[in-house]
Amino acid sequence: MALATRTDRRPSLTRSLWGSTVGKKTVMAVSGLIMLMYLVAHMLGNLKIFFGSGEFNTYAHWLRTMGEPLLHYEWALWGVRVVLLAAVVLHGVAAYQLSRRDIRARPSKYVHKRRRASYATRTMRWGGIILALFIVWHLLDLTTLTVNENAQPGRPYENVVATFSTWYGNVIYLVAMLAVGLHVRHGFWSAAQTLGMGNARRDRILKTLANGLALVLTAGFVSVPVAVMTGVVG
Amino acid sequence: MRLTLRVWRQRDADTPGAMVTYDIDDISEDMSFLEMLDTLNEKLILRGEEPVAFDHDCREGICGACGVVINGDAHGPERTTTCQLHMRHFDDGDTVDVEPWRAGAFPVVKDLVVDRSAFDRIIGAGGYISVPTGAAPEAHATPVPKADADFAFEHAECIGCGACVAACPNGSAMLFTSAKVNHLNVLPQGAPERETRVLDMVSAMDEEGFGGCTLAGECATACPKGIALPSIAAMNKEWLRATRKASRR
Ligand code: HEM
Ligand code: SF4
Ligand code: FES
Repeated sequence: MALATRTDRRPSLTRSLWGSTVGKKTVMAVSGLIMLMYLVAHMLGNLKIFFGSGEFNTYAHWLRTMGEPLLHYEWALWGVRVVLLAAVVLHGVAAYQLSRRDIRARPSKYVHKRRRASYATRTMRWGGIILALFIVWHLLDLTTLTVNENAQPGRPYENVVATFSTWYGNVIYLVAMLAVGLHVRHGFWSAAQTLGMGNARRDRILKTLANGLALVLTAGFVSVPVAVMTGVVG
Repeated sequence: MRLTLRVWRQRDADTPGAMVTYDIDDISEDMSFLEMLDTLNEKLILRGEEPVAFDHDCREGICGACGVVINGDAHGPERTTTCQLHMRHFDDGDTVDVEPWRAGAFPVVKDLVVDRSAFDRIIGAGGYISVPTGAAPEAHATPVPKADADFAFEHAECIGCGACVAACPNGSAMLFTSAKVNHLNVLPQGAPERETRVLDMVSAMDEEGFGGCTLAGECATACPKGIALPSIAAMNKEWLRATRKASRR
């Protein structure tokens, strides 16, 4: 059977990924999953606060000496930061561009309104914006210590306690962690679909996994401010 | 039955439209939704008014021509086409809102009629197989595993009505495109064009100005043929595979 197939010229991999709605969504899925893996590690690390100031601060110091003597002081940490920065920028820019396109694709609304999609699905955009603002605040608070009440470099335990001893610190972190949970709930399952891993049989397990991850992340993160507020950590 | 209909009336693509209210009685619950609209139009014609324009053809749920948004739901409250929706699903005295498909890529032509030729151009980009002309090939010459045949058949059920686009908050055509891609890509007849098909159909879809997928799932809920949401994941998999292969050449 001789078929006349065309010779096919395609743009580069980066061009085809960024130039297509499906490709851009793939970038979002991969960058989202990278951030998600980081969040799981971050949440587990935070739980060391329950073992006291000494252990938590030593752990925080280790984050800087990680990889020594092969690597220099803070090299590994900066490696992680660069990857995360790339992920958050790609994720945010892709989200913005795709959202603009989606809104333009539906210029007129229906007169007869009805509620569509689940809460987690509908809050992806606002939730994402809340997360972006939170990331900035979080860095100013506990990395650069610009807005921290205690602001002692090398004493993260005391700085965290200071954050959660203010009402606004508690409000900001609690809202943000709720937003993380909702974002991960729809995001993890979505990413599986985007990467072509979803099918009818796997749907239940993927949804359960997404809910589990969202719940564990939120509960783990929230436990720290709650512990400070109730005096368990102080 | 008596109904209060609120129908989108729009003279042409360039004139702004509005909802117009019509009271209608003597509706039988055995009528289809389109027959109910026919009844309304007969009255309008007798009154010397312009009848409501709406698309329809087979009236048996297989052509995909009909389709309006009824009380906010594409094809109305039942999982079927508008022509197969019966008035028994409404109650005496109901107010029923009837609107055209809304999507940037589906401009309104008149009243409830929209231009869906964007779908034709997506099909033109790869929703076909290339076969040599001549005598029909021997049916047993190309065996198809049962599971693949079922998968192809499920997706072949898509009638191209556009309800998925109408229901999607992003006006996305991913469910339609994935149904067409999956239908042909799983079959040996579709294999020679497997990569170009998915790449070209997805880029045609993007060029028409449809939105992207946010996995809201409204499309699959609205689809009268039960094309399921994982269809989109299956097309994404095909697209990623084809993109990887193309970048290696
Ligand atoms: C800069 C802040 C962020 C913004 C503006 C943002 C925005 C968005 C938007 C608009 C979507 C698409 C929603 C949809 O498909 O309905 C999305 C998806 C997603 N987000 Fe975020 N997000 C942010 C941060 C994060 C973080 C910190 C994580 C890590 C857990 C994350 C993980 C994901 C994942 C896994 C997806 C799914 C991607 C897919 O559908 O394939 N995002 N985000
Ligand atoms: S996927 Fe379903 S809703 Fe979309 S065009 Fe095909 S039959 Fe209609
Ligand atoms: S008129 Fe053909 S599907 Fe409704």
